[in-house]
Amino acid sequence: MATYRDLLARTKDEISEVDAARAQSLDGALWVDVRELDEWQEGHLPGAVHVPRGFLESRIEQVAPDRNQEIVVYCAGGNRSAFAAKSLQELGYEHAHSLAGGFTDWKRNGLEIVMPRTLSPERRTRYSRHLLIPEIGEEGQLKLLDAKILLIGAGGLGSPASLYLAAAGIGTLGIVDADIVDETNLQRQIAHSLDTLGAPKVDSAKRAINALNPDVNVVTYRERLTSENIDRILDDGWDLIVDGADNFPTRYLVNDASVWHDIPVVHGSIYRFEGQITVFKPKEGPCYRCLFPEPPPPELAPSCAEGGVLGVLPGIVGTLQTNEAIKLAAGIGESLVGRLLLLDALATEFNEVRIERNPDCPVCGDHPTITEYIDYVEFCAAR
Amino acid sequence: MSVVRIPPVLRAEAGGAREVEASGANVRELLEDLTVRHPALGSRVYGEGELPSFVNVYVDGEDVRTRDGLDTEVRDSSTIILLPAMAGGC
Repeated sequence: MATYRDLLARTKDEISEVDAARAQSLDGALWVDVRELDEWQEGHLPGAVHVPRGFLESRIEQVAPDRNQEIVVYCAGGNRSAFAAKSLQELGYEHAHSLAGGFTDWKRNGLEIVMPRTLSPERRTRYSRHLLIPEIGEEGQLKLLDAKILLIGAGGLGSPASLYLAAAGIGTLGIVDADIVDETNLQRQIAHSLDTLGAPKVDSAKRAINALNPDVNVVTYRERLTSENIDRILDDGWDLIVDGADNFPTRYLVNDASVWHDIPVVHGSIYRFEGQITVFKPKEGPCYRCLFPEPPPPELAPSCAEGGVLGVLPGIVGTLQTNEAIKLAAGIGESLVGRLLLLDALATEFNEVRIERNPDCPVCGDHPTITEYIDYVEFCAAR
Repeated sequence: MSVVRIPPVLRAEAGGAREVEASGANVRELLEDLTVRHPALGSRVYGEGELPSFVNVYVDGEDVRTRDGLDTEVRDSSTIILLPAMAGGC
């Protein structure tokens, strides 16, 4: 019967064991750290991915779909990685190598290591369902925790957006809204409640957000967005804007400012049973003015207060906006840039139309004619 | 006959219909036919005999402004979407 030492010696004979210099000379090699989480957290090799030995066989194909790729596996001293390299061979990886001496020798020789940013055990638990998704994982969750998202409006769209963004662990949420909570809001604005009737919506939303996730830093702006205050607010450094405004002047103002500040806008708008959702990303796609150069005349642009809105509609549209915002913050997936999604909730039907940047757009076009804030109320009333 | 989808704010002009039919080989002919069938709707979206500035027209998901405008081809099987901006986030 073979002892551990016999097995290790035999395994090392059967695999390719390389020293640091040889490993570093392998072009485009994938470095796989097979140690346990606590070891990884105390430092690892630059550019390495962490796949604990116990999960190697089940997860390696996710990180190394190409069996011909050069792979360097390492552990603390070179023993676990020898067995790991053997397993990779058996899985058909033809160029798997074990790093002799492992992390310990690497560090002792003064070679570069990096200290990983990691989630605390509490955050690891809270966000565990995100961590399990390969597209998000720890790296993606850290991006969400670093993200700063500004919500325009804490009403129908802003309510579900703020709650789901908070639940997702967006690190900083800004909220701009001048209104107070009234009873007619509660049919749809789920961030508010009977307890906060009469309170400023920004404070009510902040309370709901922090009750759900105290991790989130909430920055409130209890003011109506105007040409005078928008630069100050945007200068607080937002990665993206979720636009849930309730009037055209603000929509055009947010658009112009976002183009000039180079901040993507996740757009949502609603009326009765219908919703429109898209992403305006400066330089990569159209802006709001490319899509709608002019607002409709007032009689064709009733507000929800005048025409009504199905209570759940802002829930659907606001969460679709949140989906776009989370993907943009994590840097994953296909965004709605260049596509306008149309929802008819009465027919339960989605449609999609293509939207393009207009080279003649007065704001984001090749030769802009609007380069500073205008009187947006007048612009929208003049139709 | 093509299907024309009517936005909520223009349904009163179309007798309350969510979609109506109209025919034409291109957008101009279609809007002219639409005006004959639904004069009130027609006057809103084709009153000046040109594309309305505040209602986007999509033929099979493509904005006619990025195609051939009023000359954009329309087929019998086409779906036309008339789409004004909506402001609401309420």
